[in-house]
Amino acid sequence: MQAKSSWTHRLLLLPAALWLLVMLVLPLLVVFVFSFGERAPAGGYIPAFSFDNYLNLPARLTAFKNTLILAPLGTLAALLIAYPLAYYLAIKASAKIRTTLLVMIIVPFWTSILIRTYAWIYILGGRGIPQLLEWIGIEGVRLINTPTAVLIGIIYGYLPLMVFPIYVSLEKFDKRLLEASEDLGAPPLKTFRDVTLPLSIPGIATGCMLVFILLMGEFLIPALLGGGKVFFVGNALVDLFLQSRNWTYGSAVAAALVIIMLVTVSIYMKLIMRGAGHREDVSLV
Amino acid sequence: MGMRLYAIVIYLFLYLPIGIIVLFSFNAGRHASDFHGFSVKWYGKVLSNPFAMDALTTSVTVAFITALLASVFGTMAALGLQQFKGRFRALFDAAIYIAIMIPGIVIGIATLIALVTAFGYLNPALAAAWPEWLGDAPRLKMGRVSLIAAHTMFTMALVIVIVRARLAGMDRTLIEASADLYATPMGTFWQVTLPQIFPAVLAGFLLSFTFSFDDFIIAFFVAGSETTLPIYVFSSIRRGVTPEINAIGTMVLAVSLSLLIVAQVMLRRRDRPAA
Repeated sequence: MQAKSSWTHRLLLLPAALWLLVMLVLPLLVVFVFSFGERAPAGGYIPAFSFDNYLNLPARLTAFKNTLILAPLGTLAALLIAYPLAYYLAIKASAKIRTTLLVMIIVPFWTSILIRTYAWIYILGGRGIPQLLEWIGIEGVRLINTPTAVLIGIIYGYLPLMVFPIYVSLEKFDKRLLEASEDLGAPPLKTFRDVTLPLSIPGIATGCMLVFILLMGEFLIPALLGGGKVFFVGNALVDLFLQSRNWTYGSAVAAALVIIMLVTVSIYMKLIMRGAGHREDVSLV
Repeated sequence: MGMRLYAIVIYLFLYLPIGIIVLFSFNAGRHASDFHGFSVKWYGKVLSNPFAMDALTTSVTVAFITALLASVFGTMAALGLQQFKGRFRALFDAAIYIAIMIPGIVIGIATLIALVTAFGYLNPALAAAWPEWLGDAPRLKMGRVSLIAAHTMFTMALVIVIVRARLAGMDRTLIEASADLYATPMGTFWQVTLPQIFPAVLAGFLLSFTFSFDDFIIAFFVAGSETTLPIYVFSSIRRGVTPEINAIGTMVLAVSLSLLIVAQVMLRRRDRPAA
Protein backbone atom coordinates (compact mmCIF):
# COMPACT_ATOMS: atom_id res chain seq x y z
CA MET A 1 0.00 0.00 0.00
CA GLN A 2 2.74 2.46 1.04
CA ALA A 3 4.94 1.75 -1.97
CA LYS A 4 2.00 1.87 -4.37
CA SER A 5 0.72 5.17 -3.04
CA SER A 6 4.22 6.65 -3.28
CA TRP A 7 4.33 5.67 -6.97
CA THR A 8 0.93 7.27 -7.55
CA HIS A 9 2.17 10.46 -5.96
CA ARG A 10 5.29 10.47 -8.10
CA LEU A 11 3.15 10.09 -11.20
CA LEU A 12 0.92 12.93 -10.03
CA LEU A 13 3.96 15.20 -9.74
CA LEU A 14 5.57 14.17 -13.02
CA PRO A 15 3.85 16.59 -15.48
CA ALA A 16 4.37 19.63 -13.25
CA ALA A 17 7.98 18.69 -12.50
CA LEU A 18 8.81 18.20 -16.20
CA TRP A 19 7.04 21.43 -17.11
CA LEU A 20 8.94 23.47 -14.53
CA LEU A 21 12.21 21.87 -15.64
CA VAL A 22 11.76 22.45 -19.38
CA MET A 23 9.97 25.81 -19.29
CA LEU A 24 11.59 27.46 -16.25
CA VAL A 25 14.83 25.94 -14.98
CA LEU A 26 16.47 25.17 -18.35
CA PRO A 27 15.51 28.53 -19.96
CA LEU A 28 16.91 30.43 -16.97
CA LEU A 29 20.13 28.41 -17.27
CA VAL A 30 20.28 29.29 -20.99
CA VAL A 31 20.07 33.02 -20.11
CA PHE A 32 22.91 32.53 -17.62
CA VAL A 33 25.08 30.68 -20.15
CA PHE A 34 24.34 33.16 -22.96
CA SER A 35 25.31 36.08 -20.75
CA PHE A 36 28.95 34.89 -20.94
CA GLY A 37 28.81 34.23 -24.70
CA GLU A 38 29.60 36.24 -27.79
CA ARG A 39 27.10 37.79 -30.16
CA ALA A 40 26.80 36.04 -33.56
CA PRO A 41 26.63 38.35 -36.61
CA ALA A 42 22.90 37.65 -37.08
CA GLY A 43 22.19 38.21 -33.42
CA GLY A 44 22.43 34.64 -32.10
CA TYR A 45 24.91 33.03 -29.77
CA ILE A 46 28.53 31.93 -30.18
CA PRO A 47 29.85 29.81 -27.30
CA ALA A 48 32.50 31.67 -25.34
CA PHE A 49 33.42 32.50 -21.80
CA SER A 50 33.99 36.18 -21.25
CA PHE A 51 32.79 38.88 -18.91
CA ASP A 52 32.57 41.44 -21.74
CA ASN A 53 28.77 41.58 -21.64
CA TYR A 54 28.84 42.33 -17.94
CA LEU A 55 31.63 44.89 -18.34
CA ASN A 56 29.47 46.63 -20.95
CA LEU A 57 26.51 47.00 -18.57
CA PRO A 58 27.26 50.73 -17.97
CA ALA A 59 26.10 51.31 -21.57
CA ARG A 60 22.56 50.84 -20.24
CA LEU A 61 23.20 52.73 -17.01
CA THR A 62 20.26 55.14 -17.50
CA ALA A 63 17.77 52.26 -17.59
CA PHE A 64 19.22 50.79 -14.38
CA LYS A 65 19.29 54.22 -12.75
CA ASN A 66 15.66 54.99 -13.66
CA THR A 67 14.55 51.58 -12.39
CA LEU A 68 16.50 51.83 -9.15
CA ILE A 69 15.14 55.34 -8.47
CA LEU A 70 11.53 54.94 -9.56
CA ALA A 71 10.95 51.39 -8.22
CA PRO A 72 11.74 52.28 -4.56
CA LEU A 73 10.02 55.66 -4.92
CA GLY A 74 6.90 54.02 -6.38
CA THR A 75 6.95 51.39 -3.62
CA LEU A 76 7.16 54.08 -0.94
CA ALA A 77 4.40 56.18 -2.51
CA ALA A 78 2.15 53.13 -2.85
CA LEU A 79 2.81 52.27 0.83
CA LEU A 80 1.93 55.77 2.06
CA ILE A 81 -1.31 55.79 0.07
CA ALA A 82 -2.25 52.16 0.77
CA TYR A 83 -1.73 52.16 4.54
CA PRO A 84 -4.64 54.44 5.55
CA LEU A 85 -6.93 52.51 3.21
CA ALA A 86 -5.89 49.14 4.64
CA TYR A 87 -6.35 50.60 8.13
CA TYR A 88 -9.84 51.80 7.24
CA LEU A 89 -10.79 48.41 5.76
CA ALA A 90 -9.44 46.37 8.68
CA ILE A 91 -10.46 48.50 11.63
CA LYS A 92 -13.03 51.15 10.72
CA ALA A 93 -15.20 49.66 7.95
CA SER A 94 -18.34 47.80 9.01
CA ALA A 95 -18.24 44.03 8.57
CA LYS A 96 -21.20 44.19 6.21
CA ILE A 97 -19.47 46.09 3.40
CA ARG A 98 -15.93 44.91 4.13
CA THR A 99 -16.00 41.85 1.82
CA THR A 100 -17.37 43.88 -1.09
CA LEU A 101 -14.77 46.60 -0.56
CA LEU A 102 -11.99 43.99 -0.45
CA VAL A 103 -13.11 42.30 -3.65
CA MET A 104 -13.22 45.76 -5.25
CA ILE A 105 -9.54 46.19 -4.33
CA ILE A 106 -8.37 42.80 -5.61
CA VAL A 107 -10.32 42.74 -8.85
CA PRO A 108 -8.54 45.62 -10.67
CA PHE A 109 -5.19 44.02 -9.91
CA TRP A 110 -6.14 40.94 -11.91
CA THR A 111 -7.56 42.82 -14.90
CA SER A 112 -5.43 43.86 -17.82
CA ILE A 113 -2.79 46.30 -16.61
CA LEU A 114 -2.34 47.24 -20.28
CA ILE A 115 -5.88 48.56 -20.63
CA ARG A 116 -5.95 50.21 -17.22
CA THR A 117 -2.66 52.00 -17.89
CA TYR A 118 -3.86 53.00 -21.33
CA ALA A 119 -6.69 54.99 -19.70
CA TRP A 120 -4.06 57.22 -18.08
CA ILE A 121 -2.85 58.33 -21.52
CA TYR A 122 -6.17 60.21 -21.76
CA ILE A 123 -6.19 61.47 -18.19
CA LEU A 124 -2.62 62.76 -18.19
CA GLY A 125 -2.54 63.74 -21.87
CA GLY A 126 -2.97 67.25 -23.26
CA ARG A 127 -6.77 67.19 -23.10
CA GLY A 128 -6.98 65.63 -19.65
CA ILE A 129 -5.69 67.07 -16.38
CA PRO A 130 -3.50 69.77 -18.04
CA GLN A 131 -6.63 71.19 -19.74
CA LEU A 132 -8.54 71.19 -16.45
CA LEU A 133 -5.64 73.03 -14.86
CA GLU A 134 -5.71 75.60 -17.65
CA TRP A 135 -9.33 76.39 -16.85
CA ILE A 136 -8.40 77.34 -13.30
CA GLY A 137 -5.48 79.39 -14.56
CA ILE A 138 -2.49 77.07 -14.22
CA GLU A 139 -0.89 76.86 -17.64
CA GLY A 140 1.89 74.93 -19.27
CA VAL A 141 1.66 71.77 -17.14
CA ARG A 142 2.96 68.70 -18.95
CA LEU A 143 2.31 65.33 -17.39
CA ILE A 144 2.38 62.62 -20.04
CA ASN A 145 5.85 61.28 -20.89
CA THR A 146 7.36 62.55 -17.63
CA PRO A 147 8.65 60.65 -14.57
CA THR A 148 5.57 61.95 -12.69
CA ALA A 149 3.27 60.20 -15.18
CA VAL A 150 5.20 56.95 -14.75
CA LEU A 151 5.02 57.31 -10.97
CA ILE A 152 1.24 57.89 -11.08
CA GLY A 153 0.87 54.81 -13.31
CA ILE A 154 2.95 52.76 -10.89
CA ILE A 155 0.92 53.82 -7.84
CA TYR A 156 -2.30 53.11 -9.71
CA GLY A 157 -1.21 49.70 -10.96
CA TYR A 158 0.35 48.42 -7.75
CA LEU A 159 -1.85 49.92 -5.03
CA PRO A 160 -4.02 46.78 -4.66
CA LEU A 161 -0.96 44.61 -4.16
CA MET A 162 0.14 46.88 -1.30
CA VAL A 163 -3.27 47.23 0.37
CA PHE A 164 -3.93 43.53 0.67
CA PRO A 165 -1.01 42.25 2.79
CA ILE A 166 -1.27 45.28 5.12
CA TYR A 167 -4.98 44.64 5.49
CA VAL A 168 -4.32 40.99 6.36
CA SER A 169 -1.81 41.89 9.09
CA LEU A 170 -4.05 44.59 10.57
CA GLU A 171 -7.13 42.40 10.46
CA LYS A 172 -5.38 39.56 12.27
CA PHE A 173 -4.44 41.37 15.44
CA ASP A 174 -6.57 41.55 18.51
CA LYS A 175 -8.53 44.80 18.42
CA ARG A 176 -8.90 44.73 22.19
CA LEU A 177 -5.28 45.93 22.27
CA LEU A 178 -6.48 49.24 20.78
CA GLU A 179 -9.23 49.54 23.40
CA ALA A 180 -6.77 48.70 26.16
CA SER A 181 -4.36 51.36 24.98
CA GLU A 182 -7.19 53.89 24.80
CA ASP A 183 -8.53 52.95 28.23
CA LEU A 184 -5.10 53.44 29.71
CA GLY A 185 -5.21 57.01 28.46
CA ALA A 186 -2.84 56.84 25.47
CA PRO A 187 -3.55 59.52 22.83
CA PRO A 188 -4.59 58.06 19.42
CA LEU A 189 -1.28 58.91 17.79
CA LYS A 190 0.67 57.14 20.50
CA THR A 191 -1.60 54.09 20.22
CA PHE A 192 -0.92 54.02 16.50
CA ARG A 193 2.85 54.40 16.91
CA ASP A 194 3.27 51.94 19.76
CA VAL A 195 0.59 49.32 19.02
CA THR A 196 -0.83 49.38 15.49
CA LEU A 197 2.26 50.19 13.45
CA PRO A 198 4.61 47.57 14.99
CA LEU A 199 1.95 44.88 14.62
CA SER A 200 1.45 45.68 10.93
CA ILE A 201 5.14 45.51 10.01
CA PRO A 202 4.90 41.99 8.50
CA GLY A 203 2.18 43.22 6.14
CA ILE A 204 4.17 46.33 5.22
CA ALA A 205 7.23 44.15 4.56
CA THR A 206 5.32 41.72 2.34
CA GLY A 207 3.55 44.48 0.42
CA CYS A 208 6.75 46.46 -0.20
CA MET A 209 8.62 43.35 -1.31
CA LEU A 210 5.92 42.23 -3.76
CA VAL A 211 5.54 45.68 -5.29
CA PHE A 212 9.27 46.29 -5.50
CA ILE A 213 9.98 42.94 -7.16
CA LEU A 214 7.28 43.38 -9.78
CA LEU A 215 8.33 46.98 -10.42
CA MET A 216 11.91 45.95 -11.15
CA GLY A 217 10.68 44.06 -14.22
CA GLU A 218 8.12 46.65 -15.31
CA PHE A 219 7.84 47.42 -19.02
CA LEU A 220 4.30 48.53 -19.88
CA ILE A 221 3.90 51.55 -17.58
CA PRO A 222 7.09 53.33 -18.72
CA ALA A 223 6.41 52.29 -22.34
CA LEU A 224 2.92 53.84 -22.33
CA LEU A 225 3.29 56.78 -19.93
CA GLY A 226 7.01 57.52 -20.24
CA GLY A 227 6.91 57.85 -24.03
CA GLY A 228 10.44 56.58 -24.59
CA LYS A 229 11.88 59.29 -22.34
CA VAL A 230 11.48 57.50 -19.02
CA PHE A 231 12.56 53.90 -19.56
CA PHE A 232 13.20 50.98 -17.24
CA VAL A 233 15.47 47.93 -17.58
CA GLY A 234 12.38 46.15 -18.94
CA ASN A 235 12.26 48.58 -21.86
CA ALA A 236 15.96 48.08 -22.51
CA LEU A 237 15.39 44.31 -22.56
CA VAL A 238 12.59 44.58 -25.12
CA ASP A 239 14.88 46.69 -27.28
CA LEU A 240 17.82 44.28 -26.93
CA PHE A 241 15.83 41.12 -27.67
CA LEU A 242 13.25 42.24 -30.19
CA GLN A 243 14.85 45.20 -32.01
CA SER A 244 18.65 45.12 -31.88
CA ARG A 245 18.68 41.33 -31.38
CA ASN A 246 21.68 41.30 -29.10
CA TRP A 247 20.86 38.17 -27.12
CA THR A 248 24.13 37.71 -25.29
CA TYR A 249 24.31 41.29 -24.01
CA GLY A 250 20.56 41.20 -23.29
CA SER A 251 21.08 38.03 -21.24
CA ALA A 252 23.69 39.83 -19.15
CA VAL A 253 21.28 42.72 -18.57
CA ALA A 254 18.52 40.26 -17.55
CA ALA A 255 20.91 38.36 -15.26
CA ALA A 256 22.06 41.63 -13.67
CA LEU A 257 18.43 42.62 -13.09
CA VAL A 258 17.63 39.33 -11.35
CA ILE A 259 20.83 39.51 -9.27
CA ILE A 260 20.13 43.10 -8.15
CA MET A 261 16.59 42.02 -7.30
CA LEU A 262 17.72 39.02 -5.23
CA VAL A 263 20.40 41.00 -3.39
CA THR A 264 18.08 43.92 -2.54
CA VAL A 265 15.32 41.60 -1.40
CA SER A 266 17.57 39.47 0.80
CA ILE A 267 19.17 42.53 2.46
CA TYR A 268 15.73 43.99 2.92
CA MET A 269 14.31 40.79 4.41
CA LYS A 270 17.23 40.61 6.86
CA LEU A 271 16.61 44.18 7.99
CA ILE A 272 12.90 43.53 8.41
CA MET A 273 13.45 40.30 10.31
CA ARG A 274 15.82 42.05 12.69
CA GLY A 275 13.55 45.09 13.06
CA ALA A 276 10.48 43.00 13.80
CA GLY A 277 12.23 40.80 16.36
CA HIS A 278 12.52 37.69 14.19
CA ARG A 279 8.90 37.47 13.22
CA GLU A 280 8.30 34.77 10.67
CA ASP A 281 4.67 35.32 9.76
CA VAL A 282 5.46 37.11 6.50
CA SER A 283 3.16 35.39 4.06
CA LEU A 284 2.88 35.77 0.31
CA VAL A 285 -0.67 34.82 -0.54
CA MET B 1 -15.38 60.30 8.92
CA GLY B 2 -12.14 61.55 7.43
CA MET B 3 -11.05 57.98 6.84
CA ARG B 4 -14.21 57.16 4.95
CA LEU B 5 -13.74 60.17 2.70
CA TYR B 6 -10.16 59.03 2.07
CA ALA B 7 -11.38 55.55 1.13
CA ILE B 8 -13.92 57.03 -1.30
CA VAL B 9 -11.20 59.10 -2.98
CA ILE B 10 -8.97 56.03 -3.38
CA TYR B 11 -11.80 53.94 -4.84
CA LEU B 12 -12.50 56.76 -7.30
CA PHE B 13 -8.81 56.76 -8.21
CA LEU B 14 -8.95 52.98 -8.80
CA TYR B 15 -12.15 52.95 -10.84
CA LEU B 16 -12.12 56.32 -12.64
CA PRO B 17 -9.76 55.14 -15.44
CA ILE B 18 -11.94 52.07 -16.00
CA GLY B 19 -15.02 54.31 -16.10
CA ILE B 20 -13.38 56.61 -18.64
CA ILE B 21 -12.64 53.73 -21.02
CA VAL B 22 -16.19 52.42 -20.77
CA LEU B 23 -17.65 55.91 -21.25
CA PHE B 24 -15.50 56.73 -24.29
CA SER B 25 -16.22 53.36 -25.90
CA PHE B 26 -19.81 54.58 -26.31
CA ASN B 27 -18.73 57.97 -27.67
CA ALA B 28 -20.14 58.79 -31.11
CA GLY B 29 -17.30 61.23 -31.83
CA ARG B 30 -13.97 60.30 -33.30
CA HIS B 31 -12.00 62.18 -30.65
CA ALA B 32 -12.15 60.70 -27.24
CA SER B 33 -11.91 64.01 -25.44
CA ASP B 34 -15.09 65.52 -26.91
CA PHE B 35 -18.22 63.61 -26.11
CA HIS B 36 -20.66 63.57 -29.03
CA GLY B 37 -23.49 61.44 -27.73
CA PHE B 38 -24.12 57.74 -27.22
CA SER B 39 -23.25 55.21 -29.91
CA VAL B 40 -22.25 51.57 -30.20
CA LYS B 41 -20.59 52.03 -33.59
CA TRP B 42 -17.07 51.34 -32.28
CA TYR B 43 -18.23 47.94 -31.07
CA GLY B 44 -19.53 47.25 -34.58
CA LYS B 45 -16.17 48.37 -36.02
CA VAL B 46 -14.25 46.03 -33.70
CA LEU B 47 -16.52 43.05 -34.31
CA SER B 48 -16.13 43.44 -38.08
CA ASN B 49 -12.35 44.00 -37.90
CA PRO B 50 -10.75 40.68 -38.98
CA PHE B 51 -7.41 41.48 -37.28
CA ALA B 52 -9.03 42.17 -33.91
CA MET B 53 -11.23 39.08 -34.23
CA ASP B 54 -8.24 36.89 -35.14
CA ALA B 55 -6.39 38.21 -32.10
CA LEU B 56 -9.43 37.53 -29.92
CA THR B 57 -9.71 33.92 -31.18
CA THR B 58 -6.00 33.36 -30.50
CA SER B 59 -6.27 34.83 -27.00
CA VAL B 60 -9.35 32.81 -26.04
CA THR B 61 -7.89 29.55 -27.43
CA VAL B 62 -4.55 30.05 -25.68
CA ALA B 63 -6.19 31.10 -22.39
CA PHE B 64 -8.61 28.15 -22.39
CA ILE B 65 -5.97 25.48 -23.09
CA THR B 66 -3.60 27.13 -20.60
CA ALA B 67 -6.25 27.17 -17.87
CA LEU B 68 -7.18 23.56 -18.53
CA LEU B 69 -3.57 22.28 -18.46
CA ALA B 70 -2.63 24.45 -15.46
CA SER B 71 -5.60 23.40 -13.33
CA VAL B 72 -5.28 19.68 -14.12
CA PHE B 73 -1.49 19.42 -13.72
CA GLY B 74 -1.40 21.95 -10.87
CA THR B 75 -4.05 20.08 -8.87
CA MET B 76 -2.29 16.76 -9.54
CA ALA B 77 0.98 18.24 -8.27
CA ALA B 78 -0.63 19.76 -5.17
CA LEU B 79 -2.09 16.33 -4.34
CA GLY B 80 1.19 14.56 -5.04
CA LEU B 81 3.24 17.01 -2.98
CA GLN B 82 1.34 16.06 0.18
CA GLN B 83 3.37 12.85 0.37
CA PHE B 84 6.79 14.42 -0.12
CA LYS B 85 9.10 15.91 2.48
CA GLY B 86 12.80 16.68 2.62
CA ARG B 87 15.10 17.72 -0.18
CA PHE B 88 12.85 16.94 -3.15
CA ARG B 89 10.00 18.91 -1.61
CA ALA B 90 12.31 21.88 -0.90
CA LEU B 91 13.53 21.82 -4.52
CA PHE B 92 10.00 21.74 -5.88
CA ASP B 93 8.90 24.57 -3.59
CA ALA B 94 11.88 26.63 -4.71
CA ALA B 95 10.89 26.15 -8.37
CA ILE B 96 7.30 27.25 -7.65
CA TYR B 97 8.58 30.25 -5.73
CA ILE B 98 10.91 31.26 -8.58
CA ALA B 99 8.13 30.81 -11.15
CA ILE B 100 5.88 33.22 -9.26
CA MET B 101 8.48 35.78 -8.21
CA ILE B 102 10.64 36.15 -11.31
CA PRO B 103 9.55 39.09 -13.52
CA GLY B 104 7.36 38.09 -16.46
CA ILE B 105 9.79 39.83 -18.81
CA VAL B 106 12.62 37.50 -17.73
CA ILE B 107 10.38 34.45 -18.25
CA GLY B 108 9.56 35.78 -21.72
CA ILE B 109 13.20 36.33 -22.66
CA ALA B 110 14.38 33.02 -21.23
CA THR B 111 11.65 31.05 -23.03
CA LEU B 112 12.34 32.87 -26.31
CA ILE B 113 16.08 32.23 -26.47
CA ALA B 114 15.88 28.71 -25.02
CA LEU B 115 13.21 27.55 -27.48
CA VAL B 116 14.70 29.28 -30.52
CA THR B 117 18.08 27.71 -29.70
CA ALA B 118 16.52 24.28 -29.15
CA PHE B 119 14.55 24.55 -32.41
CA GLY B 120 17.79 25.46 -34.18
CA TYR B 121 19.15 22.02 -33.24
CA LEU B 122 15.90 20.08 -33.52
CA ASN B 123 14.73 21.26 -36.95
CA PRO B 124 17.70 19.88 -38.98
CA ALA B 125 17.55 16.64 -36.98
CA LEU B 126 13.84 16.36 -37.61
CA ALA B 127 14.27 17.06 -41.33
CA ALA B 128 16.98 14.36 -41.56
CA ALA B 129 14.95 11.75 -39.67
CA TRP B 130 11.65 12.50 -41.43
CA PRO B 131 10.59 9.68 -43.77
CA GLU B 132 10.43 10.93 -47.37
CA TRP B 133 7.02 9.46 -48.20
CA LEU B 134 5.46 11.74 -45.56
CA GLY B 135 6.42 14.85 -47.52
CA ASP B 136 8.22 17.85 -46.00
CA ALA B 137 9.20 17.70 -42.35
CA PRO B 138 7.30 20.10 -40.07
CA ARG B 139 9.32 23.04 -38.79
CA LEU B 140 9.14 23.84 -35.09
CA LYS B 141 8.68 27.57 -34.50
CA MET B 142 7.46 30.05 -31.90
CA GLY B 143 3.67 30.39 -31.88
CA ARG B 144 0.57 29.30 -30.03
CA VAL B 145 2.13 26.12 -28.64
CA SER B 146 5.15 27.90 -27.14
CA LEU B 147 2.85 30.58 -25.73
CA ILE B 148 0.59 27.99 -24.10
CA ALA B 149 3.64 26.20 -22.69
CA ALA B 150 4.99 29.43 -21.13
CA HIS B 151 1.64 30.56 -19.73
CA THR B 152 0.96 27.08 -18.33
CA MET B 153 4.30 27.09 -16.50
CA PHE B 154 3.44 30.26 -14.57
CA THR B 155 -0.27 29.59 -13.96
CA MET B 156 0.39 25.99 -12.91
CA ALA B 157 2.59 27.30 -10.09
CA LEU B 158 -0.29 29.57 -9.10
CA VAL B 159 -2.79 26.68 -9.08
CA ILE B 160 -0.43 24.58 -6.93
CA VAL B 161 -0.27 27.37 -4.33
CA ILE B 162 -4.06 27.89 -4.29
CA VAL B 163 -5.02 24.20 -4.16
CA ARG B 164 -2.38 23.44 -1.54
CA ALA B 165 -3.81 26.15 0.72
CA ARG B 166 -7.20 24.51 0.39
CA LEU B 167 -5.79 21.02 1.05
CA ALA B 168 -4.06 22.31 4.19
CA GLY B 169 -7.36 23.59 5.54
CA MET B 170 -9.15 20.36 4.69
CA ASP B 171 -10.59 17.95 7.25
CA ARG B 172 -8.28 14.88 7.13
CA THR B 173 -10.62 12.79 9.27
CA LEU B 174 -13.04 12.49 6.34
CA ILE B 175 -10.35 10.80 4.24
CA GLU B 176 -9.47 8.44 7.08
CA ALA B 177 -13.16 7.68 7.63
CA SER B 178 -13.56 6.93 3.94
CA ALA B 179 -10.58 4.56 4.01
CA ASP B 180 -11.91 2.88 7.17
CA LEU B 181 -15.19 2.27 5.38
CA TYR B 182 -13.25 0.39 2.65
CA ALA B 183 -13.52 2.99 -0.09
CA THR B 184 -10.83 2.55 -2.76
CA PRO B 185 -8.27 5.41 -2.98
CA MET B 186 -9.89 6.43 -6.28
CA GLY B 187 -13.33 6.34 -4.70
CA THR B 188 -12.13 8.48 -1.81
CA PHE B 189 -10.61 10.96 -4.26
CA TRP B 190 -13.76 11.37 -6.37
CA GLN B 191 -16.25 11.38 -3.50
CA VAL B 192 -14.38 13.07 -0.65
CA THR B 193 -11.25 14.98 -1.72
CA LEU B 194 -12.36 16.43 -5.05
CA PRO B 195 -15.67 17.94 -3.83
CA GLN B 196 -13.74 19.65 -1.03
CA ILE B 197 -10.97 21.13 -3.18
CA PHE B 198 -13.20 21.84 -6.18
CA PRO B 199 -13.84 25.56 -5.40
CA ALA B 200 -10.07 26.11 -5.24
CA VAL B 201 -9.51 24.22 -8.52
CA LEU B 202 -12.20 26.26 -10.26
CA ALA B 203 -10.79 29.51 -8.84
CA GLY B 204 -7.37 28.42 -10.10
CA PHE B 205 -8.82 27.71 -13.56
CA LEU B 206 -10.47 31.14 -13.72
CA LEU B 207 -7.37 32.99 -12.48
CA SER B 208 -5.23 31.11 -15.01
CA PHE B 209 -7.61 32.00 -17.82
CA THR B 210 -7.63 35.67 -16.81
CA PHE B 211 -3.86 35.79 -16.46
CA SER B 212 -3.27 34.23 -19.87
CA PHE B 213 -5.98 36.33 -21.51
CA ASP B 214 -4.55 39.59 -20.08
CA ASP B 215 -0.82 38.82 -20.35
CA PHE B 216 1.12 41.06 -22.64
CA ILE B 217 4.79 40.81 -21.74
CA ILE B 218 5.36 37.03 -21.97
CA ALA B 219 3.29 36.83 -25.18
CA PHE B 220 5.26 39.74 -26.68
CA PHE B 221 8.40 37.56 -26.61
CA VAL B 222 7.01 34.07 -27.02
CA ALA B 223 4.05 34.32 -29.44
CA GLY B 224 6.20 34.41 -32.61
CA SER B 225 4.11 35.69 -35.51
CA GLU B 226 0.83 35.12 -33.65
CA THR B 227 -1.05 38.18 -32.37
CA THR B 228 -2.95 37.98 -29.10
CA LEU B 229 -5.49 40.61 -28.09
CA PRO B 230 -3.13 42.46 -25.69
CA ILE B 231 -0.44 42.51 -28.42
CA TYR B 232 -3.01 43.88 -30.89
CA VAL B 233 -4.09 46.56 -28.39
CA PHE B 234 -0.49 47.52 -27.62
CA SER B 235 0.44 47.96 -31.27
CA SER B 236 -2.80 49.90 -31.90
CA ILE B 237 -1.90 52.29 -29.07
CA ARG B 238 1.54 52.71 -30.64
CA ARG B 239 -0.16 53.79 -33.89
CA GLY B 240 -2.36 56.30 -32.04
CA VAL B 241 -5.19 56.20 -29.58
CA THR B 242 -8.56 55.37 -31.22
CA PRO B 243 -12.08 54.81 -29.85
CA GLU B 244 -11.85 51.25 -31.16
CA ILE B 245 -9.33 50.42 -28.42
CA ASN B 246 -11.86 51.66 -25.84
CA ALA B 247 -14.45 49.20 -27.15
CA ILE B 248 -11.94 46.31 -27.02
CA GLY B 249 -10.84 47.45 -23.56
CA THR B 250 -14.42 47.52 -22.28
CA MET B 251 -15.09 44.03 -23.57
CA VAL B 252 -11.82 42.67 -22.14
CA LEU B 253 -12.56 44.28 -18.76
CA ALA B 254 -16.10 42.88 -18.77
CA VAL B 255 -14.81 39.35 -19.43
CA SER B 256 -12.06 39.47 -16.80
CA LEU B 257 -14.24 41.22 -14.21
CA SER B 258 -16.98 38.59 -14.40
CA LEU B 259 -14.51 35.67 -14.28
CA LEU B 260 -12.70 37.26 -11.33
CA ILE B 261 -15.82 37.84 -9.31
CA VAL B 262 -16.72 34.16 -9.73
CA ALA B 263 -13.14 33.21 -8.73
CA GLN B 264 -13.31 35.43 -5.65
CA VAL B 265 -16.62 33.94 -4.56
CA MET B 266 -15.12 30.45 -4.98
CA LEU B 267 -11.99 31.32 -2.98
CA ARG B 268 -14.04 32.95 -0.22
CA ARG B 269 -15.81 29.68 0.42
CA ARG B 270 -12.52 28.53 1.93
CA ASP B 271 -13.14 30.82 4.89
CA ARG B 272 -16.36 29.11 5.84
CA PRO B 273 -16.49 25.57 7.18
CA ALA B 274 -17.40 23.05 4.50
CA ALA B 275 -20.99 21.90 4.80
